[in-house]
Amino acid sequence: MERSYLELREKVEKKDKGLREKVKSLSEAVALIPDNVHVAIGGCHYSRTPMALIWEMIRQGKKGLTFSKSITATEGDLLLVAGTTRHIITSWFSPGVTWGVSRIMRHYVQSGEAQYEEWSHMSLGLRYKAGAMGVPFLPARSMLGSDVFKRLSNVKEMSCPFTGDKLALVPALNPDVAIIHVQKADPYGNAQISGFPFMDKDIALAADRVILTTEQIIDNSEIRRTPDRTDIPFFCVDAVVEAPCGCLPHECYGVYEPDFNHMDMYVKLMMEKSVDGVKEYLDKYFYGPETFEDYLDLFHVKDIVKATLSAKKGYSG
Amino acid sequence: MQRKGIAVKVSYNTAELVCISSARLLEDGKVVFAGAGLPLLSAILAQKTHAKTLTILFEGGVIGPFVEPGKLPPSTNEQRCATRANMVLPTTDVLLLQQRGYVDYGFLGGAQVDQYGNINSSYIGDWDRPTVRLPGTGGGNDIASLSKVIVAMHHEKRRLVKKVDFITSPGYLSGGNSRKEAGLIAGGVLKVVTHLAIMGFDEEKGVMCLEGLQPGATVEKVKENTGFDLMVKDNLYEASAPTEEELRVLHILDPERRYTTARGE
Repeated sequence: MERSYLELREKVEKKDKGLREKVKSLSEAVALIPDNVHVAIGGCHYSRTPMALIWEMIRQGKKGLTFSKSITATEGDLLLVAGTTRHIITSWFSPGVTWGVSRIMRHYVQSGEAQYEEWSHMSLGLRYKAGAMGVPFLPARSMLGSDVFKRLSNVKEMSCPFTGDKLALVPALNPDVAIIHVQKADPYGNAQISGFPFMDKDIALAADRVILTTEQIIDNSEIRRTPDRTDIPFFCVDAVVEAPCGCLPHECYGVYEPDFNHMDMYVKLMMEKSVDGVKEYLDKYFYGPETFEDYLDLFHVKDIVKATLSAKKGYSG
Repeated sequence: MQRKGIAVKVSYNTAELVCISSARLLEDGKVVFAGAGLPLLSAILAQKTHAKTLTILFEGGVIGPFVEPGKLPPSTNEQRCATRANMVLPTTDVLLLQQRGYVDYGFLGGAQVDQYGNINSSYIGDWDRPTVRLPGTGGGNDIASLSKVIVAMHHEKRRLVKKVDFITSPGYLSGGNSRKEAGLIAGGVLKVVTHLAIMGFDEEKGVMCLEGLQPGATVEKVKENTGFDLMVKDNLYEASAPTEEELRVLHILDPERRYTTARGE
């Protein structure tokens, strides 16, 4: 999995770094993702999940992908059942504590059909950060002595050459593609994130290719008035897709909270019927609708109004 | 609870007891890194009762929020964790605050905990073919590696075991000096709080020992429900029952009892 520094640089050198429009349709953007590569997913747990891109990847029948994500929620279930992936690199995998342990994750991992490669949350963050920094690893004082460390094949231990302290060395993670959802981006790919930034800036800089979905495409002049709020620079972005409500049923800070009724409905179906339940869900919500707008049409207006009104209160609650 | 010589019977369930009892351990003026579920609720309870200037960190990337009562999120990585916060920062950076030493307490739940305070939240059974694959570490390993930890859990023989199937979050590893030798030179498990007992650790041996009994619990009952031979400290104390005030605040915070459903009673 470790990639050579010169190869990583070459990929970046070859990018079209011109200040150019990169607006694409959902299907055009997803067509940029080949099979059998490593895709990092932005956001965390059920917050700012690039669901529109995941929706389209599943519909295009992508195969053999390895996914990495800081914490994995219901989208991990969907990618496993759809057969998009058999290898997920993450630190935690389930819908949320009050919903219990994902039966899908259990089904695929317990049978050995899929690999859940477990890293501590901070270590995974440092791996993306090393990738973004262009160094092969970062040292950490975490994971030492644990079985999480023992279970991993690509983590090392060393004594610090300055102090002699024992350290864990976590290798850089440079994804082939990063998929990230943001609140605002201009047509060139300058992206402004509100709310938790999670690991998204590091993921974007670490990846060879970056595909953004955004609640709203804004004019470049707006970016130039607030450049201090830009989190991802245009030249690392390869495609920008306008996807309002592009995280549903997950949340997007300041725009909508999770659709908890939908999440409850999904979890009930998944917990009661396992793989068959998720297949039903995919048929209805992923394979059935012709467009992403048609997918959104399946949500209930009153639930979305509630999620939107709560989100508008922002940090004031 | 005594009032003018008349015992007032306050009713509470085991989850409420664990929540309140562990909240009491969080001192005012300190910084706590709280995991999802009961730790989140318990930290907020401490803040709303005796520890008004307690600063809570959540791994989503937030410093010092005031989470809204009735809006406790099922994840520490979503926006409702950031209500009225002082600062929002990237996940990696908030976790790194522990490595720098700014966190006084880590606060975790425990699916399975052993005599050395090691926590398993990854595998029940064989690693390659587990009977149950649990959700995993999240920030748990980082919290346990880098901070002094309080563990809140239900007291059951199958949960408090001699040796965990998998060390997700390190306690004192195999006891003695093994934690330090592994390179974990800071942090360590401070207390394990259950509905029957409050347990600490023998400093030299790195082994769990009984320090306090929850109201109504006995040493025998604690031992019966523990999967290893639990050491008992001299001057064992009995913890006081939850007060009406603590329960009142708890019920305001979690009106739907999402986190404090009675278990195993």
